[in-house]
Amino acid sequence: MLRLEKRPTPSQFWLYATPVVAVLLTMIVGGMLFAAMGKDPFAVIRTIFWDPLFGGMSGYLRGQLIVKAGPLILIAIGLALGFRAGIWNIGAEGQYIMGAISGAAVGLYFHSMEGFWIFPLMVLAGALGGWAWGMIPALLKTKFNTNEILVSLMLVYVAESILAMAATGFLRDPDGMGFPGSKNFRNYPSAHNADLIAGSGLHWGGLAALIGAMIVAAILLWHVLGFQIRLAGQAPRAARFHGVNPSKLVVLCMGISGGLAGLAGVFEVTGPAAQITINFNVGYGFTAIIVAFLGRLNPIGIVLAGFLMALTYVGGEMASTQLGLPTAAVQVFQGMLLFFLLAVDVLTNYRVRVGSGAVKVGG
Amino acid sequence: MTELLAVKGVTKAYPGVVANSDVSFSISEGEVHALLGENGAGKSTLVKMIYGLVRPDSGSMTLRGQAYRPGKPAEARRLGVAMVFQHFSLFEALDVAENVALGMENPPPLRELSARIRAVSEEYGLPLDPTRMVGDLSAGERQRVEIIRCLLQDPKLLIMDEPTSVLTPQEVEILFKTLRQLSAEGTAILYISHKLEEIRALCDEATILRRGKVVATCTPRDRTAREMAELMVGAAFTPPERRAGEKGAVALGVSGLSVDSPIPFGTSLKDVSFTVAKGEVLGIAGVAGNGQDELLLALSGELKVAADRVRIDGQPMGDQGPVARRKVGLVAAPEDRYGHAAAPDMSLIENAFLTAGVRKGLTNRWGFINWAKTRAFAEEVIAEYDVRTPGPGVAARALSGGNLQKFLMGRELNQAPSVIVINQPTWGVDAAAAAQIRQAILDRAASGAAVVVISQDLDELLEVSDSFAALNGGRLSKPRTVEGLTMDEIGLMMGGAHGMEVAHHAE
Repeated sequence: MLRLEKRPTPSQFWLYATPVVAVLLTMIVGGMLFAAMGKDPFAVIRTIFWDPLFGGMSGYLRGQLIVKAGPLILIAIGLALGFRAGIWNIGAEGQYIMGAISGAAVGLYFHSMEGFWIFPLMVLAGALGGWAWGMIPALLKTKFNTNEILVSLMLVYVAESILAMAATGFLRDPDGMGFPGSKNFRNYPSAHNADLIAGSGLHWGGLAALIGAMIVAAILLWHVLGFQIRLAGQAPRAARFHGVNPSKLVVLCMGISGGLAGLAGVFEVTGPAAQITINFNVGYGFTAIIVAFLGRLNPIGIVLAGFLMALTYVGGEMASTQLGLPTAAVQVFQGMLLFFLLAVDVLTNYRVRVGSGAVKVGG
Repeated sequence: MTELLAVKGVTKAYPGVVANSDVSFSISEGEVHALLGENGAGKSTLVKMIYGLVRPDSGSMTLRGQAYRPGKPAEARRLGVAMVFQHFSLFEALDVAENVALGMENPPPLRELSARIRAVSEEYGLPLDPTRMVGDLSAGERQRVEIIRCLLQDPKLLIMDEPTSVLTPQEVEILFKTLRQLSAEGTAILYISHKLEEIRALCDEATILRRGKVVATCTPRDRTAREMAELMVGAAFTPPERRAGEKGAVALGVSGLSVDSPIPFGTSLKDVSFTVAKGEVLGIAGVAGNGQDELLLALSGELKVAADRVRIDGQPMGDQGPVARRKVGLVAAPEDRYGHAAAPDMSLIENAFLTAGVRKGLTNRWGFINWAKTRAFAEEVIAEYDVRTPGPGVAARALSGGNLQKFLMGRELNQAPSVIVINQPTWGVDAAAAAQIRQAILDRAASGAAVVVISQDLDELLEVSDSFAALNGGRLSKPRTVEGLTMDEIGLMMGGAHGMEVAHHAE
């Protein structure tokens, strides 16, 4: 018989081994899934995990990894702060969209003007847009004690509707012959978020993600705010005893994660996407939740997890074009990663004992 | 007298600790037998085995000469073994009769059951109205529900786990009368406690456990409390020493403090007023759940009130949070160690920062934490208060209750506070460590701190306090000097015998 027994202190080994084991299990079970679909599992796994890094097209694909990892990391570090405090912002996708719309709107307002200040202003507007969208569930929670999970999630669908309105209405390109979508920022140098080194895939967003991860890591390790966030998540009553105001913390964490998601949105809409379209959002806000947990809610871990998740995106696309794998199968594969992670995570706090663990009763 | 229960060489081990090692003792019919030992000595595990909640790893038991191996409590009850737990298992939203019915295998119709409850409560001097809601009952009355639930099964052996910790002195007297009556009728009672005077008053025999082993048996009436304490601890120990300190100006003033409880089924504070001078220790007694937790929250700053309700060194601080109150010199120690006073999964270093950050200057002006300095403070507390731990980096939850309590007390007391508020300073702490903690509190008072000790342990309060008050239903009695205070007066301050006006009317 297998039994779980609580460890006196969380295992440091399993804290770090968990993501690795989860990735391996995902590869094994995912491979079985692919085999059941009639594909060669080894070819699929190699296409997803190896080819983007070292395959024939890796020169281009490595850049794509950075393009995809950037927003994931930027959103995930914000979410991790909240998750550590027990504040569950599930609506980063909506905050990402609102950031993109706000930033793009500012850029389109100044369209035809040139100036070094236009892009920074757009970035600021994007962060504010995401922050404001995050404030809605935060204030509803602190004033009316609503559940931030539900409210933030529902606001994603509101944001998607606003996005559709923007693309077909108030931000539509007037010279676009009636097609949905805004003007393209690629043709507007003052607002374009181009690669910092041409062809590298690294734009301002990628840089912001790396700097953001370092700042968040420093806050969690050395700053009172980081201590209060961790304390509130682990022992809410002890946090109040310490002197944390729970409402302030909710507003702060939702604001930071919303603002960072908004930043990711504005960097995306001015860079790789280059315009507002109906299906501008591709689920970064949701995938970032997986990235945050895969990275142990630790900024450095999140950077690694962001790249791993980007790999499954880029590699998954390769697998679907080259091997005819359905896109849904790749999404199942990503979802599996989160499930295995959460399952294996039990080992951090519990150890498995074989047998009943006690001497049998004699006499 | 004939032997009722015999326990022979029982051993039970949990991972990392042997709770009972080769324990043997026996109880005769009608005997009141005390099981004595410090927290963690293995008393609870032993009675859980007798009650069928835990199976022994080895050893055997006999009940009236028959092999006795209860697999579950229902089996134990069928064979005549009943138990009243320290923590009650009652539904507050149901009435007394319904609660009793829920604990029975085949409850009779409620009307019949109510009549039987009345009859039994009459017979044993435990008045209880079967139609009352349990949520409206005091702790002592709730205990009566549990006792009557047991008595309805006509037990041969009644196990009572620390029954007096929730009772006023008057209620204790009534309980003892009931227990003596039961014993005279032939029911054996296994009585668990670490209150030595009670055991001397009530019990015929005592088995003393230390670290899971039987270390002595004795007849309590023939021994002094001091002798039994030394058997329990395994060493001679010295009671704390009082140094008469100078009483100074008022350091903590509370006036007209009324506040709604934030705790479900909690007790709201009603018009609480008191002052504590520099060098004075005010002891606040009370049966659990009479507003102690709320008073601590209101004093620590977790509950905010009008500014002038709480004054620290003359400054109105009632509307300030914990950080501001620490700044002006007030430290507080809540009762619940795992989750309130400390974060269980955080290290001792982080837990040191939890409250000491403000007064020990552990952050710089931008809010960055000086972890090296924090670690040094944690190490200082560990060394000074003899905290047994592999190091300051281990999680708080890895420490035993007593060790963690020593750490948390040291954390507050070593911040050079001017006002100290402590709820249950020695709850679950062994006698030697408790004496050490009380000494540390007295030392702080001697050096000029104003101290409020909230406790359910009257002996402790009488030992450390200069003045004494009691909480009853959220109201605080008028503080009095401890000198010349009798147990009777204390009992009345605590609310006397809750609802016991008609008890033992036949006598």
